Amino acid sequence: MDFLGVLNSTIGFVLDPVTFAFSLAALGLALHFGFAGLLNMGMAAFMALGAYGYAIGILTFGLPWYLAALLGPLAAVIFAIILGVPTLRLRGDYLAIVTIAAAEIMRLLFLTTTFGPVTGSADGLSGHNSATFWAANPIAEGQYDFGPFRGTELDWWVRLVGFGILCVAVVVVWLLVNSPWGRVLKGIREDEDALRSLGKNVFAFKMQALIIGGILGSLGGLVLAMGQNVNPNQYVTSITFYIWTALLLGGAATVFGPLAGSIIFWTIQAFIGLLMPALASEGLLFGLSSIQAAQIKFILVGLALVLIVVFRPQGIFGNKKELTFVK
Amino acid sequence: MVNASKPAARLIKLSAVLFAVGLWFSLFASPVAAETTNGELPFSISGTVSDSGTPLGGVKLSVTGETMTAPASVLTSADGTWLVGVPEKNADYVINLDVSSLPAGSSIVDDPDTVLVESEKVNVRVGPGGRVALNFFLGEVERNTTSFFDQLVARLINGLNFGLMLALAAIGLSLIYGTTGISNFAHAEMVTFGAISSLILVGIGLPLWLALIGAVVLSALFGWGMDSVLWAPLRRRNTGLVQLMIVSIGLSLAVRYTYQLFIGGNTEQLPGADTPKLQLFGSVSLSWIDVASMILSISLIAVFAWWLLRTRIGKATRAISDNPSLAAASGINVDAVVRVVWIVGSALAGFSGILWAYFRPGIRWDMGGQILLLMFAAVTLGGLGTAWGALAGSIIVGLLVETSTLFIPSDLKYVGALVILIVILLFRPQGILGRKERIG
Repeated sequence: MDFLGVLNSTIGFVLDPVTFAFSLAALGLALHFGFAGLLNMGMAAFMALGAYGYAIGILTFGLPWYLAALLGPLAAVIFAIILGVPTLRLRGDYLAIVTIAAAEIMRLLFLTTTFGPVTGSADGLSGHNSATFWAANPIAEGQYDFGPFRGTELDWWVRLVGFGILCVAVVVVWLLVNSPWGRVLKGIREDEDALRSLGKNVFAFKMQALIIGGILGSLGGLVLAMGQNVNPNQYVTSITFYIWTALLLGGAATVFGPLAGSIIFWTIQAFIGLLMPALASEGLLFGLSSIQAAQIKFILVGLALVLIVVFRPQGIFGNKKELTFVK
Repeated sequence: MVNASKPAARLIKLSAVLFAVGLWFSLFASPVAAETTNGELPFSISGTVSDSGTPLGGVKLSVTGETMTAPASVLTSADGTWLVGVPEKNADYVINLDVSSLPAGSSIVDDPDTVLVESEKVNVRVGPGGRVALNFFLGEVERNTTSFFDQLVARLINGLNFGLMLALAAIGLSLIYGTTGISNFAHAEMVTFGAISSLILVGIGLPLWLALIGAVVLSALFGWGMDSVLWAPLRRRNTGLVQLMIVSIGLSLAVRYTYQLFIGGNTEQLPGADTPKLQLFGSVSLSWIDVASMILSISLIAVFAWWLLRTRIGKATRAISDNPSLAAASGINVDAVVRVVWIVGSALAGFSGILWAYFRPGIRWDMGGQILLLMFAAVTLGGLGTAWGALAGSIIVGLLVETSTLFIPSDLKYVGALVILIVILLFRPQGILGRKERIG
């Protein structure tokens, strides 16, 4: 078994656009859940809006890629308002059920053959990058390898843009949560009634948090769509749960927790995903086939989620005083 | 228990019904397997050939494509199914149906719900998924000959069947929510558990009726096990509700992929799933499975209602749903009642999983997940935490899902129910039968 190869590919995942995409989504979720206490279980829909908005903007409307990239966040704002109006006044678990249902509605709408000419139905969308975003690549053609981080000029271009968006997002979120606005948000999380008695419009603050976090989620989808095809199967409910696991692993009420959580989550997931089939092909896993072995990864994700929430709800980097599970 | 003889009598009646239905089921026990060519290749094109709803066996199909070295041909099996393995995805293939192999009198027609089949020669593209389903429907098309009213009646009956099945699962979900406060996302896996255990019990050679009873018993044990291993310790730790919800999500992921690990990604059928439909009146046709499914659902719901309304433990359950602290203070052993609720809820969910396996039809590792949101929609619609609300909500959702296909494409039929869920929260967040205080 090529253990070094497995390790090498795993480290490569740290700078993968997928990792950046999920870090962005986890950051958005941190704003929703960690700071505002909103149980958003529909992050996959925000990501899907970012990805589809970008791809449809280019393929159907013929927009330049930088304008098409704005369509997703715009759609996310509208989606957040539609979601928020009926649910933000209700108790948390209602929001969870509604957001998960809304995310499923979005996925079914992208999947249906009715809108096939625009959304590509089950096949999804492809070819939106080649003549637009990839053509704008300033990096000279060639293969660039730095240790375990390998890739062509295209890979590095996607990484660079993804990393850039992530950096801007981190700075913005850090400034936001350390502003008076962010302190009100944390107050709402701890005691809504107290904030209301201070004359704050709790509903408006929650709505703003939902919108900003949703925009971050759509940017995550955008980064995903910049590197690969868009497919409705990428935005299933499980993806939302992975983002939750990454967020809770790092620490929900922190800015850098979701980033670290995403990197740890995706590298460990990649490591297990590469290691298990390799072990299985060596016959070390009690006769499981390598396809079966690859599924062990998902079982472990589920168990990890249970264990984190039960034994370390504040996450690796979180502060126990800022427990967001108080209610 | 004051009247111990009565429940025993009911139980005997119930098992007699189960036994009778089971005997009937076992007459139809026949394994279903698609005829396969090139099965060792990674990607596949598969489908069925049928004539006015009856499967056609022995029909010859051949598949050609640029990526294939030689054309592959396949004969459909007795149930009309076929599968051809292909070497590449994202590639185009041509499927040719050999007209000379058809029985006399069949002609090729198209069907609105699947891939359009206009001639005996069809081009398909195996997309990124690597799998394509292609069905040939032969014979006279009747889709425009039935009146709207007939279609509506047919959908309503189908919807009632689906709604009753959904109710069995949703009642458990609602009871668990009412007594413990958990929004249990792993309920979907309890539904799948019933279906998979019946499949395993049939697989080891038990007759179907025994396998179905065994599956419900196993489901009850599963619920009991989950409560004693996971939920009871968490109750003692006073874990918060949000935490419990996320724990149930993690549990759902772990259990779901464990199923996939053991039964793989294929759809398996229980014996009797391919029972022919009987023409009743108008365009309404039901199989015996549908009739048995509805009768069993209604009788099980009746037994459950008696349990909840008349027995001491049922009354205790309702007391805890109302006010857990007050119930505990009046001497009710909350922990014991909650354990019973998990067992009952899980058994109901397991049984509904068996019915769902016949309704879909087929058993898959993620079959429960496909109706989880509909269960939540039903429970929210009826009012979180109330058993009757869950029943009413389920039937409304079932009818809505089925009748909505008259107006919207059938691949969007679940959207209607989920939209209703959101609209209900907008106007009456406590649900139809819920009380306002619950929304907090």
